[in-house]
Amino acid sequence: MALTISTEVSHSARQSDYSKSLSSKAAARKVNVYYGDKQALKDINIEIPECQVTALIGPSGCGKSTFLRCLNRMNDVIDGCRIEGEILLDGEDIYARGVDVVHLRARIGMVFQKPNPFPKSIYDNVAYGPKIHGIAKTRAEMDEIVFHSLEKVGLIDEVRDRMEAPGTSLSGGQQQRLCIARAIAVEPEVILMDEPCSALDPIATARIEELIDELKQNYTIVMVTHSMQQAARVSQKTAFFHMGELVEQGDTTDIFTKPQDERTLAYVTGRIG
Amino acid sequence: MSDRKTNSELIEAGLARRYRAERRFKMYGIAATAVAMSFLVIVLVAIFVRGVGAFNQTQIAQVVFVDPELAKENDWQGMIKASLRETFPDVEDRKGKRLLYGLMSSGAGYDLQNMVQNDASLVGQKVQLWMPASDDVDMVMKGGVDRNQPESDRRISDQEFVWIDKLAADGMIELQFNTRFFTAGDSREPELAGIMGAAKGSFYTLVVCFLLSFPLGVMAAIYLEEFSPKNRWTDLIEVNINNLAAVPSIVFGLLGLAMFLNFFGLPRSASLVGGMVLALMTLPTIIIASRLALRSVPPSIREAALAVGASRLQTVLDHVLPLALPGMLTGAIIGMARALGETAPLLMIGMVAFIVDVPGNFTDPATALPVQIYLWADSPERAFTERTAAAIIVLLAFLIAMNVVAVILRKKFEQRW
Repeated sequence: MALTISTEVSHSARQSDYSKSLSSKAAARKVNVYYGDKQALKDINIEIPECQVTALIGPSGCGKSTFLRCLNRMNDVIDGCRIEGEILLDGEDIYARGVDVVHLRARIGMVFQKPNPFPKSIYDNVAYGPKIHGIAKTRAEMDEIVFHSLEKVGLIDEVRDRMEAPGTSLSGGQQQRLCIARAIAVEPEVILMDEPCSALDPIATARIEELIDELKQNYTIVMVTHSMQQAARVSQKTAFFHMGELVEQGDTTDIFTKPQDERTLAYVTGRIG
Repeated sequence: MSDRKTNSELIEAGLARRYRAERRFKMYGIAATAVAMSFLVIVLVAIFVRGVGAFNQTQIAQVVFVDPELAKENDWQGMIKASLRETFPDVEDRKGKRLLYGLMSSGAGYDLQNMVQNDASLVGQKVQLWMPASDDVDMVMKGGVDRNQPESDRRISDQEFVWIDKLAADGMIELQFNTRFFTAGDSREPELAGIMGAAKGSFYTLVVCFLLSFPLGVMAAIYLEEFSPKNRWTDLIEVNINNLAAVPSIVFGLLGLAMFLNFFGLPRSASLVGGMVLALMTLPTIIIASRLALRSVPPSIREAALAVGASRLQTVLDHVLPLALPGMLTGAIIGMARALGETAPLLMIGMVAFIVDVPGNFTDPATALPVQIYLWADSPERAFTERTAAAIIVLLAFLIAMNVVAVILRKKFEQRW
């Protein structure tokens, strides 16, 4: 089974070189999510295009984070959480039998709201993913991966001399970039970001947004955000969630300039939220 | 409108009362702390004052002729008696002699024997050595006997006082550091009794207890907290573990007697069995403490590990366990400290027996510190009173040492995030 999946990966990776923005990397089909008896998401259908930033917006408690966590099956660990419907990654249902959740999460990285580096050194933080997956065979290969990942998030110059310092000794914005470096060190195809800037100051936020913009050349990014300005700045596609429903989705410019649904209009103009 | 006070005035009026309440509350707190601390100080001082005497022992110096004839018969005490007769030649009647011999401990001969066995050339020579006095003489030297009492009310007769005073005048009797107390096992004679047997027994017992209960407890806690589904069965298990933690310790002793001794046929009075019984008793404490430690690890760390594709086991071993370990160790040490002070379950498996030999391994008959304290406290000889207190000091020293180890381990494993 693992073998089949890995051939699929390389196949789709090759395909993506030819037709980047055309194909849909992930999709949801009639997804319903329940926490116990409470329904958190109702009939979600969405397409997530490859190598673009998709923003999920909506008021608090609308289910956008829940949906994000469905994409890498982080909801599996929550007791009483039940998911119906299909979530497709490269056309395959990630909730199908035989899909290995560890392998899935190596393909779909995640960055959380609050920076959560491991209480280990900066180096070990980035090296952890490649280490457990056996990606780097030698110390030199591991160094290469760690330095490359830190370089990509623009952190390398700040931490080059203190790779052994604890990751928690960094500032909030640096920690969040470290967490992004940790996620991309295993070369995922999709990166999920759950309000990655909500705990950061405006300067650190701008830095992360720049980074997201660069990362979208290689990765498909899905981000949850509370800030409509942020969604407008960094995303190409936007999906508006309200009360567990996906109200509207489309190009970001369309959602913000000519929303079809009056609830979307109310939200983006600041009348509800 | 004008007769109504403004908010600011209302607040000002109430301020004094609020600060008074705070001061009062602080005073209660200080009083409570002071009462608790004073009890602790009283206990420690009382024990120390009583027990410190046991660290010294009255020794009597004698020049002993190592008689080859008596050495052949192994009558070492006889040689000492001969030298006592020489020191006090005016004692002639049998009764007087018996009284005289009673100055010296009945174990003095062993000291002489050891000395000669280590150096065979001493046979036929005269040697001078310090030997333990009997416990009654020891009490006199420590000022525990009132000479103004009528003779019939004392354990020391006027005649013995004369001898002791003469020895003291000659510098042949004095208080010396009581090494025997720290090296010997139990004895019927207070001056020969030592704490080493019980201390070693306690040590072996705790080693067994820790080796069994810590891995088992941590494994159970990790499974219950990180892996097991939350359902009625795990709820039931949780309730039962909590109940088990409250079961009186003597019940575990009965269980040990029925299971380990009668069913499995393990040796009686052995520290191995003692450790197993105490492990049963400590296990629930460790499980509960370990689960709390695991629960206090922030979920964000688990999510971070899972999100980069770590399996559940990797998440636990690489990230959760290192953070929870200090808390687990603290729980384990608390459990072990309780086990160290436990007497009742050990009574049931025969660790209360009178055992003179210092145990050399886990299956040797042994006793434990709290049991030793109980045994000595029960003995009629006055000199055992101070030894009881001294044994308590040793037990407390054990406890402090364990706590220090716990603090060091916690500091070593502690990680910040």
